[in-house]
Amino acid sequence: MSSVLRVSGLNKTFAAGGMFRAIGADKKAVVDVSFDLKAGQTLAIVGESGSGKSTVARMAMQLLSADAGQIYWGDEEVTHLRGRGLRGRRRHIQMVFQDPFASLNPRMKVWESVAEGLRVHQPELNRSQRRDSVAEVLNQCGLDESGMDRYPHQFSGGQRQRIGIARALIVEPKVLVLDEPVSALDVSVQAQILNLLKDLQQAKGLAYLFISHDLSVVRHIADETAVMFAGHVVEQGGVADVFGSCHHPYTEALLKARPIAHPDERDGVESVIATDERVAEKGCPFKNRCLYAQDDCATFDAKLNPQGFACLHPLNISSHE
Amino acid sequence: MLEVHNLSLSVSIQGKRVDAVSGVSLTLEAGRVLGLVGESGCGKSLTAQAMLRLGEFQGVAKSSGDILIDGESLFTMSDERLRRTRGGRIAMIFQEPMTALNPVFSIGSQIIEVIRLHLDMDKQQARQRAIDLLLDVGMQDAEQILKQYPDSLSGGMRQRVLIAMAMAADPDYIIADEPTTALDVSVQKRIIALLLNLQKKRGLGLLLVTHDFGLVAEMCDDVAVMYAGQIVESGPVKEIFDHPAHPYTRALMGCRPEVSETGGALAVIAGQVPPPGQWPVGCHFAPRCTTADELCSAAVAADVWHDYSHIARCVHVVSK
Repeated sequence: MSSVLRVSGLNKTFAAGGMFRAIGADKKAVVDVSFDLKAGQTLAIVGESGSGKSTVARMAMQLLSADAGQIYWGDEEVTHLRGRGLRGRRRHIQMVFQDPFASLNPRMKVWESVAEGLRVHQPELNRSQRRDSVAEVLNQCGLDESGMDRYPHQFSGGQRQRIGIARALIVEPKVLVLDEPVSALDVSVQAQILNLLKDLQQAKGLAYLFISHDLSVVRHIADETAVMFAGHVVEQGGVADVFGSCHHPYTEALLKARPIAHPDERDGVESVIATDERVAEKGCPFKNRCLYAQDDCATFDAKLNPQGFACLHPLNISSHE
Repeated sequence: MLEVHNLSLSVSIQGKRVDAVSGVSLTLEAGRVLGLVGESGCGKSLTAQAMLRLGEFQGVAKSSGDILIDGESLFTMSDERLRRTRGGRIAMIFQEPMTALNPVFSIGSQIIEVIRLHLDMDKQQARQRAIDLLLDVGMQDAEQILKQYPDSLSGGMRQRVLIAMAMAADPDYIIADEPTTALDVSVQKRIIALLLNLQKKRGLGLLLVTHDFGLVAEMCDDVAVMYAGQIVESGPVKEIFDHPAHPYTRALMGCRPEVSETGGALAVIAGQVPPPGQWPVGCHFAPRCTTADELCSAAVAADVWHDYSHIARCVHVVSK
């Protein structure tokens, strides 16, 4: 399968700014992130708030420039493209946002919002052709075209997220970046949207870069996953491998934190004592919170090894490996 | 006991008053955890806020019913007594630890303010109590924390501070509205463990308002499921998970990704929750229910005792 989105060695540091410039340290938001997303596949970037997952997505989309690293859309390197050169290529990769209430202009009719991308990428179309395209893509997203002259507030959260997906799809992208696309939705609606995304992927061969903190959702939708902590990818690989027998203690912590399915699964072993939740400045960034940390973790350079994890004392390693 | 009797609450939508909560009854007993589950817009937060009469500040009005704390109505007590009840006997923990603390006052002054509001203590005594409370919620460097400001604490730490403040006046009942939703997943379990630990130690009655069945499975003794303003099913937590009787409960549990097989399509509930004012006649869930028939939209469903202490509001549920 052909690669549709490839990044290698992405780095981003945000300078401490504002009134705290004197006392603040620069924040390393993303450190050495690489992945290769193939057509028809889903890569999930998993992590908590502040882990850098959204920053990676924004760099992959060229909405934010990387300090170092390369970005390829298909065969073409786009790392240094700006302005018009970039704009013409943007139909390759489109974004669906988390909050369907904030991401649609309340004063634009639904069809106008959805058709916006066409004005840039297919300016030759006239109004009625644009409306036809909108009707088609709305239908594909499970919405009746009769709603296209209404305003966003007349739709529910789930319907608005369908509109957001239609808006991204209308320029026929190869890659969709989905930033927490279902975390603002109720569970019954979340299931509808996840099913829609799977159907669209199969029908169109789309690739998804799926940003999420919800491992149940990731396990359901993704083929591969990259687990991020404090800007570092700490574990990366196939979903079945990573979820089946993870090697990094942080992945284990995330897996253990998943909601249980039945009251019988209660274990009641969790400690109630607050621990140091801060990111370690030196060595392994996770060592303050790690149950398995040892002295040498303080000097460990947390880089992914060829087996796909960044840990000196990995879990689930059988002796013959 | 904290009892909600047949409570209906109305809100104003485009100038008209319509019911958003309809005939809800709940009993929160000391020493037990009751989960109130439902999707957004079902009325669960309105119900919870009514248990402190907080919704009235935002135009929510009671259209019928009553709320009793140990037999005394919240609606007939004097303003002064109501003020003492709020925070004193019934405390609330909100969802957003970022907005529930005032950024310009130290943690210490905010906790001490609550303590002195409800308890007859001088500053020194109140400060000592604040330290004890912070130790109770697992913050071992309590003296240091008192001097800090909210922005220097992580989300999990702030939620601990808010839990400490809720405990300040030794309440009998705690209403927790999505207490872990805004926290990172790896912090959530610790906060859950902490809440349960305090609840057991102090024999509190805890009402947990949530959209998350995982949290219910983790924490609750009893559960009440809400849909479109009504309680559609209630009972002991294991009974509800093992034998959900109402079609809505069954459907809602089925669409969770954690219970589905990997790869296949998730089960869904077609359509969406009707907003207040647009509830159908008869069963509110009937238009989305796969097993509904003409009976469902003809009559208002009554509660059926499906089993001992297990109630479902569905005309097709058979009493055992």
